[in-house]
Amino acid sequence: MSTDSATTPIAGPAGFVDERLTSSNFVKRSMNKIFPDHWSFMLGEIALYSFIILLLTGTFLSLWFKPAMSEVIYNGSYVPLKGLRMSEAYASTLDISFDIRGGLLMRQIHHWAALIFVASISVHLLRVFFTGAFRKPREINWLVGIGLLTLALLEGFAGYSLPDDLLSGTGLRIAAGIVQSIPVVGTYVSFFLFGGEFPGEIIISRLYMVHILLVPGLILGLITAHLMMVWYQKHTQYPGPGRTEDNVVGYPVLPVYAAKAGGFFALVFGLTAFLGAFFTINPIWAYGPYNPSEVTAGAQPDWYIGWLEGGLRMMPNLETRLWGITLSWNVLFPALILPGIMFTLMALYPFIEAWITGDKRPHNLLDRPRNQPVRTAIGAMSLSFYIILWANGGNDLLATTFHMSINAITWTMRFALFIVPPLVFVITKRICLGLQRKDRDLVLHGRETGRVVRLPQGEFVEVHAPLSPAEQWRIVQHETYLPLSLPAATDEHGIPNPIARKERLRARLSRFYFGDHIVTPREEALAEGENAKELSSGR
Amino acid sequence: MDPEKAPQTQLGDDVLPHTEVPHPDAAQSAGQGVVTEAHGSHDAGHGSVVLIDPGLSTHTHRRADTDPRLARRAERQVAGLFTLSALATVGFVVAFFAIRPDTITKVGYSTWALGGLLGLSLFCLGAGAVHWAKKLMPDEEQVQQRHALRSTDADRAAVVSSFQDGVEASGIGRRSIIRRSLLGAAGLLAVPPIVLLRDLGPLPGRKLYTTLWKKGSRIITDPGGNPVKPEDIPINGVVHVLPEGALGEETSIAERGKASVLLIRLRPEDIKVQQGEGWDYQGIVAYSKVCTHVGCPVGLYEQTTHHLLCPCHQSTFDVANAATVVFGPAARPLPQLAITVDSDGYLVARQGFTQPVGPSFWERG
Repeated sequence: MSTDSATTPIAGPAGFVDERLTSSNFVKRSMNKIFPDHWSFMLGEIALYSFIILLLTGTFLSLWFKPAMSEVIYNGSYVPLKGLRMSEAYASTLDISFDIRGGLLMRQIHHWAALIFVASISVHLLRVFFTGAFRKPREINWLVGIGLLTLALLEGFAGYSLPDDLLSGTGLRIAAGIVQSIPVVGTYVSFFLFGGEFPGEIIISRLYMVHILLVPGLILGLITAHLMMVWYQKHTQYPGPGRTEDNVVGYPVLPVYAAKAGGFFALVFGLTAFLGAFFTINPIWAYGPYNPSEVTAGAQPDWYIGWLEGGLRMMPNLETRLWGITLSWNVLFPALILPGIMFTLMALYPFIEAWITGDKRPHNLLDRPRNQPVRTAIGAMSLSFYIILWANGGNDLLATTFHMSINAITWTMRFALFIVPPLVFVITKRICLGLQRKDRDLVLHGRETGRVVRLPQGEFVEVHAPLSPAEQWRIVQHETYLPLSLPAATDEHGIPNPIARKERLRARLSRFYFGDHIVTPREEALAEGENAKELSSGR
Repeated sequence: MDPEKAPQTQLGDDVLPHTEVPHPDAAQSAGQGVVTEAHGSHDAGHGSVVLIDPGLSTHTHRRADTDPRLARRAERQVAGLFTLSALATVGFVVAFFAIRPDTITKVGYSTWALGGLLGLSLFCLGAGAVHWAKKLMPDEEQVQQRHALRSTDADRAAVVSSFQDGVEASGIGRRSIIRRSLLGAAGLLAVPPIVLLRDLGPLPGRKLYTTLWKKGSRIITDPGGNPVKPEDIPINGVVHVLPEGALGEETSIAERGKASVLLIRLRPEDIKVQQGEGWDYQGIVAYSKVCTHVGCPVGLYEQTTHHLLCPCHQSTFDVANAATVVFGPAARPLPQLAITVDSDGYLVARQGFTQPVGPSFWERG
């Protein structure tokens, strides 16, 4: 930025590259690129960094892991399992844990990083949803993000299954049961996946390929696309003084973000290393090798599979047996149909909302969640639905921890799944509207100072201090959508309006979204100004 | 970058997509410095509402920007963190060679030392970099304009016409025989990948309908492999069993898993119903251990209620009542194995299972 010293043109390797790729212009623009600053923008960064940690530690683990199910007699240094028959996969996982220096650490960092990977993707998704960052022009990136979340779940499950311990084998047993429930082709798909009847002798090596090549490759490609789109479209920013739809306010990549992002990567890696060092995770030596006729009580999947597990545990035992066929709704619905619906709705949400608002303008300023009460309420409602499913995935732990009946817990969750989300919707929407009213109040009347004065007539009043212009602007800058009006079903000649039905649906949805709205003082003043102008021009 | 620059109005968004949308923005053109007096009684007359973007707030310098002593201190802190990181890295290498993890306890020590030092090294490196950025690098906000993402109308039209020209030049529209043969040939190429996947596994055949159990199979304990006599099982006793030969090397883990059975002794008067008349032996009943939900082993037996509970999804089966489902997601009872004793007094299967064990599947019926 400062060009006080005589600038020398690039030479050396950079010059070499520039003469072949015209890189200087691109590099210059990239170094000067401005990114807005906010803690919530680091959530996606955590996901990226934990993926890099996964690649590094995973490469290390693959140097010793043997993805084979052939049986060996264990003869390593973990005495309690010495002499036992087990698969090579399990034995080599024990070797990594006990006979390779740093192996246990790398395994635990890998597992912790996987948990953090999915968690940060999920929280990042919530941030994007609640702030409306998915709106035009970022719908494609939203879809890429949903793809990444799906792949992350698959990747996690595949990796979790590799050690072939009792817990992971039970997870695969459940997966096989789910696949088998698919109508028409279920048994065929299951036999093809497992190379025969469950568990077969090949699933571990197939999952290994999925886990270290196929899915990470896809994730890497999608992450690249995800970041390129963020780079090209420029990051969204929170509203505030000087922030507009047409600019981006923040700090340049060089030096500030290079240091902050690089430093943040090291911080995330460092904290994950602490977790791997001091907090045992997935102690496969305590579970023992997989045996299809054994199981442990209190078996739990990794946290991100919990919602599927909870759905399986919650579903009533419906099964249709008709004309010689069996349809297992008790498995199909919670494990395949419901997740399918949930992911489809999530993927389509930006398009649904855009259709309802009819808003085709690009949006680079984020919404404050309170200013979109219905979207925020839908998000909170969906989150509560997910959390209830997830909590029921640990119903046995809830039962043993709190000494409650597991049947009572499951029944409570079954009802809660239908009762709680609508309540959450209503409450969240009310909270948002309340916060908007409070905002309005703050702008119009200022904030309470706590200074009480006595007026000459003896009345006591509290003095209010006005907000600063910047604070006021942050609150009043957004615009309020008003509900669409219903189109007439027929025109003036009684001819039915062909698009009326679709438009009526849209108007109804629009009323659902924007029926309760609180106009900002700015919009009020604008409307007044407009009226006044009309009146004066009409005269 | 002038923070005092004229505030931009965001209101003048010119094109509204649908004219029927009553939108507050319809009131465009306004907003140029409109200031309205606030309403309300206790605002002491100073509550004017700003309706315009006041623009970037003026920058306040950090103390380290103006006080060279503080800047030097921050510099020392950053360098100190980097040095600490380097020391931890050296410590990591030392710990790697110093601690030989030849016992389980030492594996723990090694993991703590290596992970703790690696974590410290990375954490200090990161903390130093972030501290550097926050204290010493420029913290003045900068503004960059966004570019329109939509191509110009001319470019959009040019793309369409170029594409059309190309398609036209190729003649794919006119030369239908080329088009059809190409589509056919390319479409057919989807078949080999599918065919190639055929050997992923055998076809299911009758595999899911059969188990190792057959008439006269002697019942052996799992693990152990010992034959079982009725008198070995006390009232409410539970024995995990397999058919004879199932523990051998030649039996696949799949067959072994599918054949696992629970023997439970009830008082004969407690048995209400069974899946077949007299399928017990003196109150000893045998049920498949593979859950009919998604196939976990049903391992938890409650003596007082005679309930069998699957620890995976809590399907609960009433053993005294033909293993019917009393709770949970399983839809079918656990299949029962009819048992009796052979001439030596050992428990044997009277016949194989009369229905497939394990989770449901489409063609199960």
